[in-house]
Parts: sequence; structure tokens; C-alpha cells
Amino acid sequence: MESANELLTILPVIIIGTAGLLVMMVDAFTENSRTAYWITVLFSAIGLAVSVNSLFGPTGTSFYNMIAYGGTAAFGAVLVMTGTLFSVMLTREYLEKTGRHIAEVYSMMLFATFGMLVLVQSNNLVTLFLGIETMSISLYVLAGLVKDEKKGVEAALKYFLLGAFSTGFLLYGIALLYGASGSTFLVDIAATDEKGLIYWAGVALLLVGFFFKVSAVPFHMWTPDVYQGAPTTITAFMATASKAAGFVAFILVLSRALPDVRAEWSDVIWLFAIFTMVIGNILALVQDNVKRMLAYSSIAHAGYVLIGFAAATGAAYSAILFYLFAYTLMNVGAFGIVAYYEWNKGLDFTEIKNYAGLGYQQPLMGVLMSVFLFSMVGIPPFAGFIGKYRVFAAAIDEGLISLVIVGVLASAASVYYYIRVLVYLYMKEDEGAQVTLVKPGMLYSVTLVILAVLTLYFGINPGSLTDLLLSFKDAAY
Amino acid sequence: MLEQYLPVLILVELAIILAIAFILLSRLLGPNRPASNKLGAYESGMDPIGQARDRYSVSFYIIAMEFIVFDLEVIFIYPWAVRYQEFGEGTLWAMMLFIFILFLGLIYTLKKGSFDWDTEHTATRKPRL
Repeated sequence: MESANELLTILPVIIIGTAGLLVMMVDAFTENSRTAYWITVLFSAIGLAVSVNSLFGPTGTSFYNMIAYGGTAAFGAVLVMTGTLFSVMLTREYLEKTGRHIAEVYSMMLFATFGMLVLVQSNNLVTLFLGIETMSISLYVLAGLVKDEKKGVEAALKYFLLGAFSTGFLLYGIALLYGASGSTFLVDIAATDEKGLIYWAGVALLLVGFFFKVSAVPFHMWTPDVYQGAPTTITAFMATASKAAGFVAFILVLSRALPDVRAEWSDVIWLFAIFTMVIGNILALVQDNVKRMLAYSSIAHAGYVLIGFAAATGAAYSAILFYLFAYTLMNVGAFGIVAYYEWNKGLDFTEIKNYAGLGYQQPLMGVLMSVFLFSMVGIPPFAGFIGKYRVFAAAIDEGLISLVIVGVLASAASVYYYIRVLVYLYMKEDEGAQVTLVKPGMLYSVTLVILAVLTLYFGINPGSLTDLLLSFKDAAY
Repeated sequence: MLEQYLPVLILVELAIILAIAFILLSRLLGPNRPASNKLGAYESGMDPIGQARDRYSVSFYIIAMEFIVFDLEVIFIYPWAVRYQEFGEGTLWAMMLFIFILFLGLIYTLKKGSFDWDTEHTATRKPRL
């Protein structure tokens, strides 16, 4: 059965899609959001297991070459499923405590995940567009989940308008590339002989579309407002899973569709990487709101990832994948802790001065926050360090010394705003409003501990994962 | 060359003739009771003249959205149906699946009360979120 085998190549997509519909029906008939939650956790875990399993499977294309599976695409699915599973596990308690627990959240998260999985597996610009749109539209809804709160509405509307705008760029780029090459298949675009104005305009618009989705400067304007306005665990989901999916798709497009003009786009990305790192970090320095600070930090991280794109070698792509994995773990964790502090005092409890002295009250949460923040700074022995190190090393191999210098300086500056949170947590005990923190639920703590342990594990023992990532040949230049 | 457009031309003529015939026949055969209300525009049951800042039921939006969803479903089905012979039988099941998913969506909106036009009942329902 040829078609049954083809279905197996998109198994995570099928699992997540089924789960989304199932959750929708559970919500329609029982309105039981707990059941919906457990279904979501179960199916996300299965999806994660299946995609981890497919890492070791064959690579190739299916569905008339519309879908790529195995290798980089499979690891993209792992990234997406990791982000989804952990942020879903954190979402229930956060939303219950803030009184907005409804089952629709889970079906929207699952549909967004569905889009991301399609996105990371796309081998054709139409499939890619389909994935991006399914993902984005679900995320617009999720950003506006808190509809009686001004910030939430602002976030949703801003995200929607700018997202639609960026989709326009992407779609126009796809159209022009189709005009230049006569095909939307990535490999056929790579075979374009005549590279006229239409081709270059298409490439430029495609890049702009992607820069919007991964929030590279100067297309980052939506990020802080959206990340701040959306419910915190949803922000964790948006900042990790959707960004990782966008970057993996970016790898696939650049390495498969545009390998022969690598010199041109890597120069462009070189410039954008510098802007993104410098501006992301500088703006993060002056933020007094922790959620907003994390939003700017995610822009800065996008800058470090772009260094890998500027290098554009097989080693650089594998470094990017590792970086995204570390980034997913530590960001879900950090947003999870922010969500925990938030529900204790109601929304808007995210100003950094609110955090004064909280580290001692619930020692576990404080320690976990330290782990995630140290990992984001890039201090050994956490996974964030290995990620940064490998990206920088790959760039140095390509002779991008000045870019790496900017990267190192930028991450040195980032120490200030990450450690500042810890300073407030532990050293400003006398300044804080007296807040009594309630212990988080068992599952919540366990989820965060797992994330911290994984961050530590892949920092100490990255070898097996990096070897695996280096063995992917499908995106190697 | 232009001969192949003959059926189209015939269709256009038929349409014109039919339209004229219907108007004439209803004039000749039907009762004629003119009233000023009948000359007003009909906009989904709303008063067409008045302030722009008017309140109207949110149900309009929901119905419109659902209409678009099922309208788009048809847009996908038509091209598929035209080339069904080439695509083969397997695509029938794919299309069935597509319609089934949309059907689930319909069940969802139905259960959530989007077709509930009984305003009193909707007003007493517990607000969610």
C-alpha cells in the first residue's frame, strides 16, 4: 500500500489534527475543559514520541513531493512538539488560576501545532504557505484569548494586522518566484536559470516574509506587544514552537530552493543578524516588564540564530537546530515561571519590581528561574551555552569574525537584563510588596523541573544530539 | 473559432428572454397593490436608512462567517469535481474527509448556539470567559 506509507510520513500531523477535532467535539458536547486538557496532553505526547522516532527513520519526499520527511523536517517536528507539549502542560493551571480555562484554547493550540508541523515538513511553497497560515490564524485567536482585557485585544489585533501584512509579502514573494521559475517546488526553484528582476524581487519578498515571522529587526515591532498582551503560557507557545517552526522552514527554503545564490542572501542575513542582535539586546536592557524583556530577548535570540543562517553550512544548520531546541526548553521554562508568579497576584504582576524577594518564598521556582535565565545568557553548563557556542563556531569556520564579535558582545550585554531578574528575586527582599506565593500544582512543578533537567542535560551531554543533527544531509549545503 | 461560443450566446439570450418573460407575466397575471415599503431596499431585514452607528445583532457576523466557510467548501469541491476522472477514486475519500471535518465544525457551532436566534434564551446563558 503506497498511500498508507505516505500517510505514515505525516503521522504527527494526522495525530495532532485528530486531537484538535476531538477536543473541539469534547468541548461542543461536554464543555469539560479538563477532559480536553488530558486529551491534548496525551496526543501531544504521542506526537512527540512519533516525531522523535522519525528522527531515526528514512528521509525523502511524499505526496507528490509536496511533503519532505525525516532529517531536518523530522527534527522540526520534534521542536514543535516539545514546545507544544510543555506549554500545554503549563497552560491548564495558569488558565484555571486566572479563571479563563476553556477547552477551545487546546483545540486552537493543536490546530496551530498542526500548521507548524505542516510548515516544517513542507517541500513546496504552497504547502509552506498553508502551514504558515494555519499556524498564524490559530495564534491570532490565542493571542486575543483574554478578550475583556485591553492588552489582550491590542495584542490580537496587532498580531493579526501585522501578520496579515507579512503574509502578503510572503505570498507575493512566492508568486514572483513562481513567475521566475515556473514552479513552486523548492528544488525546481533552485534550478532556475534566468535570474532576472522578478527572481530577485521574489527572493527579497520571501526573506521579508520570513523575517516577519521570526521577528528579526526591523520587522520585530509586533513581538513585544503581542508577547506581553497574550496569556503568558500562550506566549511561551508562540515564542517557542511557532518561532522554531518558522526557522526550520527558513532552513528548508534557503538550503533547498536558493542554494546557488547563497552568497547573496547570506550577505543580507549578515546585516539583519547584526541589527537583530544589537537592537534586540539594547531594547531588552531598558525593559521593566519581565514579559516584555523576554520578548526582546527572544528577538535577540533570533539574531543569534541568524548568525547561523549567515554562515549557511551544514554545520551551521545543525547548530541552529540545536540552538532552537535549547531555546525552546529554556523559554517555555522562563515563561512558565513568569506565569506562576502572575497567577498569584492577578494579571499585570509582571513588572520586575514585583519580583523583589520572591526567590526565597518558593525556593524551587526561584532556582528553576535561575537555571532558565543562566541558560539564556549562555553560561555553561546549560544547553543555551552549547547552542550559542556551536552557532558562533560554525560562523567562525566560514570566516564571519566580525559577526561573531558583535554576537559575543551582544550576549555579554544580555547578562545585565537576565541577571537583573535574579537580583530582584534574591537581593531586593526589602523592596517588594508583601506577596504570599501559593505552591504550584504537582504537574506544574514537574513540568518545569523536566525542562530544567533537559536544559542541564543537553548542556552537559550535547554529543548524542549534535551528532544526530550533523548526520542530517537533507539541508546540508 | 467563434462558433464554440454559440452555446454561451444562446444561454445569454435565453436568460434575457426568461427575465423579460417573468417580469411581463407577473405584471399581467399577478395582483398589483403598490406600497411605499415595497420600494425600500432590503438589507438582511435591517432598516437601510439611518445612523451608521447603529446596534445590530452579532448573529449577522456569525452567520456571515459560517456562510463564507461553506461557500469556500464549494470552491474547493468544484475544481476537484471537474477533474475527478483524472484524479481517481482515492481523492473521493480525501474530499469526504474534508467535508467531514467541516461537518464537525458545523456541529461545533451548532452546539455553541450560533444558530440560536432566540435572544432571550441567549441572554440568560451564562457568559463564558
